Amino acid sequence: MNESEKNYLSAGDTVKSWLLTTDHKRIGILFLFAILFFFSVAAVAAAMMRLELLTPQGDLVLSETYNKLFTMHGVLMVWFFLIPSIPSVLGNFVIPLMIGARDVAFPKLNLLSWYLFIIGGAFVMHAIIIGGVDTGWTFYAPYSTAYSNTHVIEMAAGIFIAGFGSILTGLNFIVTIHKLRAPGMTWFRMPIFLWSMYSTSIILVLATPVLAITLALMALERFWGIGIFDPKLGGDPVLFQHLFWFYSHPAVYIMILPGMGVVSEVVTCFSRKKLFGYYFVAFSSVAIAIIGFLVWGHHMFVSSQSIYAGIVFSFLSFLVAVPSAIKVFNWTMTMYRGSISFEAPMLYALSFIALFVIGGLTGLMLATLAVDVHVHGTYFIVAHFHYIMVGGMVTAFMGGLHYWWPKITGRMYPEKLAQLAALILFGGFNLTFFPQFILGYLGMPRRVHDYAPEFQIYNVLSTVGASILAIGYLLPLIYFLWSLFYGKKAGANPWRATGLEWKTSSPPPKHNFEETPVVTEGAYNYPPLNELGESENV
Amino acid sequence: MNLENPKMSEENSIVTEQFEDAQQQAEASHLGIWTFIATEILFFGGLFLTYTVYRHFYFNAFVAASKHTDVMFGTINSVILLTSSFTMALAVHAAKENRVKKIAPFLALTILLGLAFLVVKGFEYHKDLHDHLLPGANFDPSLPPQAQIFFWLYWAMTGLHGIHVTVGIGILTVMFASARRGKFSGSYYTPIELTGLYWHFVDIIWLFLYPLLYLVQRHT
Repeated sequence: MNESEKNYLSAGDTVKSWLLTTDHKRIGILFLFAILFFFSVAAVAAAMMRLELLTPQGDLVLSETYNKLFTMHGVLMVWFFLIPSIPSVLGNFVIPLMIGARDVAFPKLNLLSWYLFIIGGAFVMHAIIIGGVDTGWTFYAPYSTAYSNTHVIEMAAGIFIAGFGSILTGLNFIVTIHKLRAPGMTWFRMPIFLWSMYSTSIILVLATPVLAITLALMALERFWGIGIFDPKLGGDPVLFQHLFWFYSHPAVYIMILPGMGVVSEVVTCFSRKKLFGYYFVAFSSVAIAIIGFLVWGHHMFVSSQSIYAGIVFSFLSFLVAVPSAIKVFNWTMTMYRGSISFEAPMLYALSFIALFVIGGLTGLMLATLAVDVHVHGTYFIVAHFHYIMVGGMVTAFMGGLHYWWPKITGRMYPEKLAQLAALILFGGFNLTFFPQFILGYLGMPRRVHDYAPEFQIYNVLSTVGASILAIGYLLPLIYFLWSLFYGKKAGANPWRATGLEWKTSSPPPKHNFEETPVVTEGAYNYPPLNELGESENV
Repeated sequence: MNLENPKMSEENSIVTEQFEDAQQQAEASHLGIWTFIATEILFFGGLFLTYTVYRHFYFNAFVAASKHTDVMFGTINSVILLTSSFTMALAVHAAKENRVKKIAPFLALTILLGLAFLVVKGFEYHKDLHDHLLPGANFDPSLPPQAQIFFWLYWAMTGLHGIHVTVGIGILTVMFASARRGKFSGSYYTPIELTGLYWHFVDIIWLFLYPLLYLVQRHT
C-alpha cells in the first residue's frame, strides 16, 4: 500500500482539504479549533464578571451589561463548548479508531454537523456583537418572549441550528457503534468510553429536538407578539420551564457522561489494571441516560410545581446518584492495588473524581426539597454545577486531550509542565468555586453585579482563584503548540495502553488501519503487575 | 456483521469506503433513518405536549375553536396524503421487485399528491385568514381568548408539518431524477426505502393532527 507512508495530517494540506474533509479525525480537529474559540470568548465574559465582583459595588459594568455577560458566558459554554467538547472532538477522533472502523457511518453528515455548529455559532456571535442578550442561558418566558429588549430571536436561532448539528453527531455515533464494530468487537468488549458516548448520543438524539422546538416556540411567540406562554391568553410560562428542562437536565448528562468515559480509560491505563466491575460501569452509563430524562422537575421546586410532583422528582434525582456513585466506587476499586503512575492524564482523572464527588454530593443536597428552597437562586447552585461542568467535564476533557494527544498529533507533550498545569487547574478551580458554596449558603444571590459588603472576602478569593485557573488553561495551550514542533515523537502506543486506537500508528493513516483489526479479548486486558517495566506490544 | 460477503464488484460504486459490504451499508442507513425519525417524534412531541396541556386546561375553548377549522379541507387533505403514502409504498415495492421502470412514475405520483396537499392547505390558510383565525389583534372576537392558543398551535403545528411535506417533496424530486437515470434496481434501492419511511412519518404526523385540530367533539 502506498498510503502506509501517509497519515491523516499529511494526506492533504490545502484549506480545501480541511474544509471539505469527511475524515472523522480531521473533523475532530476542526471541532477542536471551533470550541477553543468559543471557550475563549466565554472565558473573557467570565473574567469580566469575576473582576466586577471583586468589590461589592457595581463599578466595572452596568447591571444590564452584567446580565448580558452571564448570558453570553452560559450560552457559549453550554452549547458551544461543553456539549461538543468531548463528543465532537475526542469522540469524533477516537470512536472509529476504538471500534476498528475506517470512519463513522455517515462521514458527510459528520462534516455537516460541523458546518451547522459553525453557522449556529456565527448567529450567536453576531447577536453578541450587535448588543447581546440579557435573559440568561435559560431564556425563561415571559421575560424572553415579551419584555427583554435584546437580540433573543437571533441567539435562539443560533442555538437551534447548532442543536441540529448535535443531533446529527449523536445519530452518527449511534449508528457507528451499532454497525461498524470490527470483527470480534462485541458490545461487552467495548471500552467504557464507547458506552458513555453511546449513552450520550441517545440523549443528544432524544432531548435536543425538544430544546429545538421549545426555543422555536419561544422565538415565534416573541416574533408574533402573542403566544402560548403568554398569561394574557391563559398561557402558562411554567410550561416553558418544563419543556426547557426536559432537554436541559438530560443535557447536563451530555456534559458529564463523556467525561466519565474518558476517566474510565485513563484510570485503567495508569493503574495497569482491568476495570473493576466492567458491566456495572457500562450499564450505569445507560442508567444515567435513562433516569436523567425523569428528573427535570427538580429545577422547578419553587416555580409553582405541585409539592407531590416535587417529592417524586426529588426521589428520582436521588436515584440518579446511584449509577454515578457506582462509577466512582468502581474507579476507586480499579486503582486499589493497581500500579499507579501520575502522568498528566491520570492527575486530571483523579481531579475529576474528587471534584465530581463534591459536585455530586452537593447535587444531592439540592435534590432535597427543603435545602433547595433555602439555597435556590444563590451561589450554591452556581458552585454546584461548576463543580460538575468545569471540575468534571472540563477536567475530563483536559485529561482526554492529554491522553490522546500523542495519537492525534504523533508528538508527546512535556510531561512535567503538564503535571504542573493539572495541579494549577485543580488548585485554581477549588479556590474559585469552593468559596461560592459558602456564599450561596450565606444567601448571596446569583446573577447580581453588586452585593452586600460581608460577602466580599469570598468573592475576592473566588476572583483570585479564577486568575490561577486562567494560568492553568493558558499553560497547556502554550505547551501543546510547542509540542507540535518540538515534542518528541510518540510512537504508536506511548502509554502501553490497550485498545484498538493504540494499535495503529500515531498519527493514524487516513483510513485508520492498514487492515481491519480482529478483536479477541475484552477491554483493559492489562498485564499483571510483575510484567511491568518490560516493553511489550500490547 | 457479514464477513463472508466481501465487496461485490458490481456494487463497488455504491458501497462507500467506511462499509465492508452493501448489506452493512443498508443496515446502517436503516438504523440512521429510524434514529432520525425518533428525533423528529420528540421534535413534534413538544407541540403535542403543549396541545395536550392546554386542551386539558381549556377544553371548552378548544371545542369552540376547533369548530371553526374547515373539516372539509382537512378531510380532503387526509385522503390526499394517505393516497400519497400508498403510491410511495408502491414505488418501494416496485424497486424491491426489480420492476425498475415503475419506480419513477410512482414517485412522480407521490410528488403530485404532496403538491396537491400543499395547494389545498394554501386555500385553507387563505380561508382561515379571511375568517380572522390568526391569533393577534384581528382575531375573531366572538371566540374565547384561550381559542387563540388553539389557533396559535393550529398554525404552528400545520406550518411545521407543511415544512416537512415541502422537504419531503424536495427529497422525492431528487429520488425521481435518480430513478430516471436508472440508479436503482432490485439489489440497490435503500434511498427509496428511506425516503418512503420519512414520507410515511410525515403522513402519520398528519393523522394525529387531523383529529386533534379538526375533530374535537365534532359529533356534538
